[in-house]
Amino acid sequence: MHVPDGFLDVPTSVATGVVAVAVVGTALRRAEREIAETGPALPGLTAAFVFAAQMVNFPVGAGTSGHLLGGALAAALVGPWTAVVVLTAVLLVQGLLFADGGLTALGTNVLTMAVVGVVVGYLVARLVLRLLPARSRSVVPAAAIGAFVSVPAAALAFTALYAIGGTVDIPLGRLATAMVGWHLVIGIGEALITAAVLGAVMATRPDLVHLARHLPTAAPEAAAEGAVDSPAPGARQPVRLGRRTLAIGGVATLVVAGAVSLLASANPDGLEYVAESMGFVGAARDSAVAGSPLADYAVSGLANPWVSGAIAGVVGALVTVALGLLLALVARRLRGARVARAAALD
Amino acid sequence: MSAPGATGPAVGWQAAAVSGADPATPSEADPAALDVRGLTFAYPDGRRALHGVDLRVEPGERVALLGPNGAGKTTLALHLDGILRASAGTVRVGGLEVGPTTLREVRRRVQLVFQDPDDQLFSPTVRDDVAFGPANLGLRGAELDARVAEALTAVGMAEHAERVPHHLSFGQRRRVAIATVLAMRPDVLVLDEPTSNLDPAGRRELGEILDGLDAALLVATHDLPFALQLCPRAVVLDDGVVVADGPTADLLADADLMAAHRLELPYGFDPRSVPPARDTRR
Amino acid sequence: MPHPVDGLLVVADSPVHRLPAQTKVVAVVLVVLAVVLTPAGAWAVLGVQAASVVLVAGLARLPAGLVLRRMAVEAPFVVFALLMPFVATGPTTQLGPVTVSQAGLLGGATLLVKATVGVLAAVVLAATTEARALLAGLERLRLPVVLVAILSFMLRYVVVIAEELHRTRLAREARGGGGPRDRLAAVAGGVGTRFVRTYERGERVQQAMLARGYTGRMPAFADGGATVGQWAVALSLPAAALAVLVAAAVAGRLP
Repeated sequence: MHVPDGFLDVPTSVATGVVAVAVVGTALRRAEREIAETGPALPGLTAAFVFAAQMVNFPVGAGTSGHLLGGALAAALVGPWTAVVVLTAVLLVQGLLFADGGLTALGTNVLTMAVVGVVVGYLVARLVLRLLPARSRSVVPAAAIGAFVSVPAAALAFTALYAIGGTVDIPLGRLATAMVGWHLVIGIGEALITAAVLGAVMATRPDLVHLARHLPTAAPEAAAEGAVDSPAPGARQPVRLGRRTLAIGGVATLVVAGAVSLLASANPDGLEYVAESMGFVGAARDSAVAGSPLADYAVSGLANPWVSGAIAGVVGALVTVALGLLLALVARRLRGARVARAAALD
Repeated sequence: MSAPGATGPAVGWQAAAVSGADPATPSEADPAALDVRGLTFAYPDGRRALHGVDLRVEPGERVALLGPNGAGKTTLALHLDGILRASAGTVRVGGLEVGPTTLREVRRRVQLVFQDPDDQLFSPTVRDDVAFGPANLGLRGAELDARVAEALTAVGMAEHAERVPHHLSFGQRRRVAIATVLAMRPDVLVLDEPTSNLDPAGRRELGEILDGLDAALLVATHDLPFALQLCPRAVVLDDGVVVADGPTADLLADADLMAAHRLELPYGFDPRSVPPARDTRR
Repeated sequence: MPHPVDGLLVVADSPVHRLPAQTKVVAVVLVVLAVVLTPAGAWAVLGVQAASVVLVAGLARLPAGLVLRRMAVEAPFVVFALLMPFVATGPTTQLGPVTVSQAGLLGGATLLVKATVGVLAAVVLAATTEARALLAGLERLRLPVVLVAILSFMLRYVVVIAEELHRTRLAREARGGGGPRDRLAAVAGGVGTRFVRTYERGERVQQAMLARGYTGRMPAFADGGATVGQWAVALSLPAAALAVLVAAAVAGRLP
């Protein structure tokens, strides 16, 4: 999903660059405390690892192979702030040295892959982790679901940016559907690969996994119970992202998706609508409106074009999150069933 | 050279300090380069690696640290510059006890050369890597350049200063890794398997380089002929304790000792057939 | 006469090679911005802009075959650009048996040209700049020191890790049989183990840094800055690209 030059117009490219600098700067400051104490070796090597891992051909079945994006995986391993910095470093090298991703599109690529991909992947993983029993065995499915959601989320973010500054007129709804739909499929591959890689790490060095810290490893007796486990005596309480934080995060995602779509459709299509309804029909014609990407809206049957755009964005986000949660519940059900079967066999 | 008190092979090779000083009463006026007493260490998963190690190295002395894999040689080495902290016992470097407040000074005096040079060469060029240490000590400008040149010359890599690490051969990287720590001008150099993966010529060159150094050397190695050639004294570590300490030639000629601790001489090698390493103690 | 290649750098001496990295990075970003600023369908302007970048590649004595090979990274995205005429909106036109959007055709073709110029510019940058010099240039451009340090470690170890990953994958694939599940597990397992080893190496590197007195202050790579003359030379490229665009706009020749 490395966007090349020319996809987005100059104002949007510059704006995304500015926002990306601000966000990555914040992430750097948050991660810097750790980085300053321990040195840049670990994040640097993690970045090198993600870069190398992105080049690996993973066989995902049916004769196809997939590649790893790595945002959710990195967040699970080294924590969200460091992961943002790590993915940004990877994107910088890819853009500057390998021409993978346009240099004017760096802001866009950083926002979609290094920020949205990482943050959504991490938040969803934390959310799922709260639904699953608080054991280290829950980490891999939680991260996998986070990885699954992170890919279409990044695609949605790209769609939103394209709605703001895309250079070719494409109906927003069609683009959103296509991007999110296609990336839901890619998300499956990402989830599989993330699960497999993280599983291998958890098997040997669970202490290296940021997402698994504070989680007790399953004791054999506890696994046989099948019910929700209480942490082993003496183990530290799992750190929970407050319900409020998660709720806010979730709502924020939806609001952003909706608002951006609104904003996109408000400019200048909404302007035209307002102009017409206020009688300034003529004035609207000779502006850039005629050639805007949103001049012809054909998504839904709704007469009001900007509402349909907003709905498309919100629906996309809702579907993605819902799918993720559904997967989590299924995983929990299956786990319960499997454990109950195991207990029944004793 | 035979050390005072050394008799013959067989039993009697207990951990007795060969250098002459009585370990029970340290002398402030004449501190040992390294003075380890009762060093005990256990890993977080409970594995005990060191069970009370005593070791004393005099300034300028060269000591080989022998022992099978898993004996604790690397673990011991990591305590000497404060990377690992002991659960019990003390480590003194030139009289200064290693602790959380003394790390900076300890690391002026003791430097480690790791087994994998890529772990120590992390900068874009050779010069950057060698300059890293002294720059952290506060050197700048011409003084820093001189220190870098001095270290690179000592290992014979002066003309490679601008090169990138992954262009160097393994032997060259090993030499540069040594230069990076020499630039700190340590009193004690601890080397972990310095001859591993080196071809015979590289091995010889390494021996010549180490022989030209003033610092005390503690060389953890499986390469027994190398140990014999460079170090007049050897210490055998097994299962986290020192089981023998004495002249290298005598230890290597003690077949029972060797067999008891999985030490084996190369085919056809007779430790008595070569002249002993010279005594470099100050 | 082929030039030796050192990683991404084409080892040669040219005016482009001699420019300090920070000037080249800024020049490349600005020239691409100028290209992106050019409206769709302004073929003459785009042509001149593209030609100027090709000229720089020639000045840098870069072998054409090498440049073209490196530009192949663009390939997957070409598909997207080719789809544009089919998904875009607006008045349509007949292209043989299919009906395509005019705006999509124009936009897609423009996109293709712009992206290609961007890729070419990036290839020229990478082929004429040493890794260390690039880090120094980024530092002078005020990239946060921590980020430069992370990039430095990344560049240093990415070859090591890629080689290790490759070896691990080969070993695992040689041993693995079974269905796709097993194969994925084998490959991903190898990657996971590699992460553990990489992390452990990171810990050792950290120990090595601490042992050599690391206090939290990163070493600086950049010594001197670029001269005004060097900036002028580097910026002449984006200036030319912009000038062509402005001239066309003023002359009323822009679509």
